[in-house]
Amino acid sequence: MDKQVHVDQQRFFFDQYGVTENDLERYLAAALSAGGDYADLYFEYLSSTSLMVDESMVKSASQGISAGCGVRVVSGERTGYAYTDDLSASRILHAARTAALIASAPAKTPVAGFRQTAARSLYPVTLPSVDAEITAKVELVMRADKAARAYDPRIQEVRASYSDELRNILVVGSDGTFAEDSQPLARMNVSCIAKTEGNSARGGSGGGGRVALDFFFGDKGPEFFAKEAARQAILQLDAREAPAGDMEVVLGPGWPGVLLHEAVGHGLEADFNRKKTSAFAGLIGKRVASEGCTVIDNGTMPWRRGSLNVDDEGAPTQETVLIEKGILKGYLSDKLSSRLMGIADTGNGRRESYEHIPMPRMTNTYMLAGQDNPEDIIRSVKRGIYAVNFGGGQVDITNGKFVFGASEAYMIEDGQITAPIKGATLIGNGPDVLTRVSMVGNDLKLDEGVGTCGKDGQAVPVGVGIPTIKIDRLTVGGTAKKDPGGFMQ
Amino acid sequence: MPSTELETGNPKLETDLRELAQDIVRRAMNGGATAAECVVREGDEFSTLVRLGQVETLKESGSRSIGVRVFNGQRAASTYSSDFSRVSLDRMVKSALELSKITSEDPFGGIPEASQLGSLKGDLGLYHEDVYSLPGPDRIDYARRAEKAALDSDPRIKNSEGGSFDAASGHKVLANSHGFVGQFRRSYCSVAAVPIAQTEDGAMQRDYWYSVARTLSKLDSPEQVGKVAAERALRRLGARKAKTAQVPIIFDPMVATSILEHIFEGVNGDSVYRGASFLAGKLGQKIAGDNVTIIDDGTIPGGFGTSPFDGEGVPTRRTVVIEKGVLSSYLLNTYTAKKLKLATTGNASRGLAGTPGIGPGNYFLQPGTRTPKQLISEIKEGLYVTEFLGHGANLVTGDYSRGASGLWISGGEFAYPVEEITVAGNLKEIFFNISEIASDLEFRGSVASPTLRIDGLTVGGE
Repeated sequence: MDKQVHVDQQRFFFDQYGVTENDLERYLAAALSAGGDYADLYFEYLSSTSLMVDESMVKSASQGISAGCGVRVVSGERTGYAYTDDLSASRILHAARTAALIASAPAKTPVAGFRQTAARSLYPVTLPSVDAEITAKVELVMRADKAARAYDPRIQEVRASYSDELRNILVVGSDGTFAEDSQPLARMNVSCIAKTEGNSARGGSGGGGRVALDFFFGDKGPEFFAKEAARQAILQLDAREAPAGDMEVVLGPGWPGVLLHEAVGHGLEADFNRKKTSAFAGLIGKRVASEGCTVIDNGTMPWRRGSLNVDDEGAPTQETVLIEKGILKGYLSDKLSSRLMGIADTGNGRRESYEHIPMPRMTNTYMLAGQDNPEDIIRSVKRGIYAVNFGGGQVDITNGKFVFGASEAYMIEDGQITAPIKGATLIGNGPDVLTRVSMVGNDLKLDEGVGTCGKDGQAVPVGVGIPTIKIDRLTVGGTAKKDPGGFMQ
Repeated sequence: MPSTELETGNPKLETDLRELAQDIVRRAMNGGATAAECVVREGDEFSTLVRLGQVETLKESGSRSIGVRVFNGQRAASTYSSDFSRVSLDRMVKSALELSKITSEDPFGGIPEASQLGSLKGDLGLYHEDVYSLPGPDRIDYARRAEKAALDSDPRIKNSEGGSFDAASGHKVLANSHGFVGQFRRSYCSVAAVPIAQTEDGAMQRDYWYSVARTLSKLDSPEQVGKVAAERALRRLGARKAKTAQVPIIFDPMVATSILEHIFEGVNGDSVYRGASFLAGKLGQKIAGDNVTIIDDGTIPGGFGTSPFDGEGVPTRRTVVIEKGVLSSYLLNTYTAKKLKLATTGNASRGLAGTPGIGPGNYFLQPGTRTPKQLISEIKEGLYVTEFLGHGANLVTGDYSRGASGLWISGGEFAYPVEEITVAGNLKEIFFNISEIASDLEFRGSVASPTLRIDGLTVGGE
């Protein structure tokens, strides 16, 4: 057999587990022993560290490893899947034969020889943080604790955590796919509680990416996240009740991009559209947003939390235009959906771990900057809210309804930002919310690197971003019986 | 069985996990730990999804993992591994001991006292081999039948996210340096359907229904599951927004459990000692109406939240959390109990790594005597919530704001479906405003609630 793999990087599973190309071919042959269109193997070795400081003490420190191999066999629309946490030949072959039960036809032969996916280096760390000195990580969480407490005497409880991981993967497919990657991921989080007589509030902040430890010794260090968390907690002490009902909403730049993730991103994942279960099914080429909205999913941004050199099916990630000047352009696809729908594989096949079947997922999803000055956007609002920080969100992709929860927001009255308001859920309809975007700021910002997306019980790291935008009408879930600004729809 | 055999990759059934856990504890103690605790978990899963009559996925596998927590005086650290080779396990123990040098002295740290440890006796009915007894084709047929029942029930159901059948079993062993060693097995199976209903103009609504049990013999029929799922999807068709208003709200049992979960988070010792709960410092005080009694009971035979001991080896028990509206107990593990100068309630939950958290046993609201229908019939204008979107509860302040959908109630009857609305209030008031509790308590998980009526909440809409 023609061997085309060139050894041009560390061959983790070859070196550490003695895997050979012959083995890989043997496993793939076993996977296709009952026929099928495609089979692949996903080897994973994940090492991780986490630290947490609470009450100014490092209360917990942990490290661990998890390794395994998942075998997938695809036959038409059918997928068979099995995995093992034991990388011995006998257990992988057993998994391959179990996955093969999905098909019932004469055996197929994998194509001869592997073709390595072109190497890329979006996160070229020299020393993965997971291998760095633990004392430096302890310093980070202790500094965060100190900075949060120093911000204001009303900050009385602080929790700061640091976690990192290094995921080594090898993906091989019966079509000759061969891809390796070594994916670092690190983040810090700080949460604070501010207390006064009879009143308390919380604040939180965090960030990171596919970065080395030195990232946190730069300007996005423990003090940055600590101050931000403390600032939000203090601010919330004086927050008044949020209004209820439909109104104008201005979203600040950065993390509020979670709107795009929920309102349109999930609905554009190819599997939902192949099955016609998404509210966006059949809308390609149609207007789903106002002229000013161009939405991108981009897995190729250096150091970003949502980025990947290759996806979890071994395909290179890419920049995909989802919505261009308001017109729906495309879906986010994996191998299965691209084959069944006759569309390009956009390199969005992702999975949580070797125990999971890959499916189309977002990477970093954001809206391009527009022309408007953020100040002008605020000034244009007579009465509404300005939301700058959010918790998470959720979407029902079938009816298109989505929510996202504002954790830091203000009233806008007569074009001026006035009082902070309590956290409130915002709810809207995915396929038309972006048609109500009337202004798009020139200040595109990406989030700090904290997003984790869940779908079918699988969690993967993602990024979001957005410039300041104005939405002419969105429902705000407050409690104010009578609106503090004197209006209620 | 000597642990050296573990590195040969033998099928896991041959390995003696109990011996292994004790061996890891011994190795940690020999390495200088002052206390140690080891958890071993092993699990198998089967799942199949049938969509539009065709098998879409079949998954069958198992895995195992091991974790150790060590104390070096009052400094703690933990490590874990999915690799059971001698080399990896040695490294796991060594790393934990190393790591424990960099954590802080915590005067409240430690494993439970020897006298607190133990395991409930007798068969708790948690494990039934029959979850795996169906032959492969019959398992697929369960999934197919559930979906078919949904698709056949109405011509407006033309599409589906499928029917599924899942089975799983788990084996857990815990050992510590006081000589405690305990283990238990649990099994689980479920059947579900997720149909999509469609109007003539193409508007779609999806909903689901499922049955879950520890034994196949208690699982609802796939036909029953499919039929209910279809009814739930159909009743959402034609949903509209509601007007912003304050009206009485009926929470169906599925969404009512979320209210119980907020109370759980509020009485969780971890948020209580930090003052991160709006219920901190309220022990013995009235926090809800007289009709509210909430119990956590980890001992109910066959329960989804039952186990013979908690994540630290403390026997589970029955704890009255709220009695007639008065907060009578927090839910605690060893650490949070010491912080609050109380005794553990046997609610430690332990993952593979990190400090133990706090988890519920079978946690439920005592039912009332009236039917959900009676509750609905008394409402002139109101909302029946069947689904929440998002996670808008702030446990520090009690502020509550969630996306919702359901059915509008008019003149004591369901009038039309509603969606894209919010429900908001404050948890401190919500618990006092639970004005009615129905009789329909049913466990579909470890947390269960009957249908509730809550007054004073704001519905946000047009």
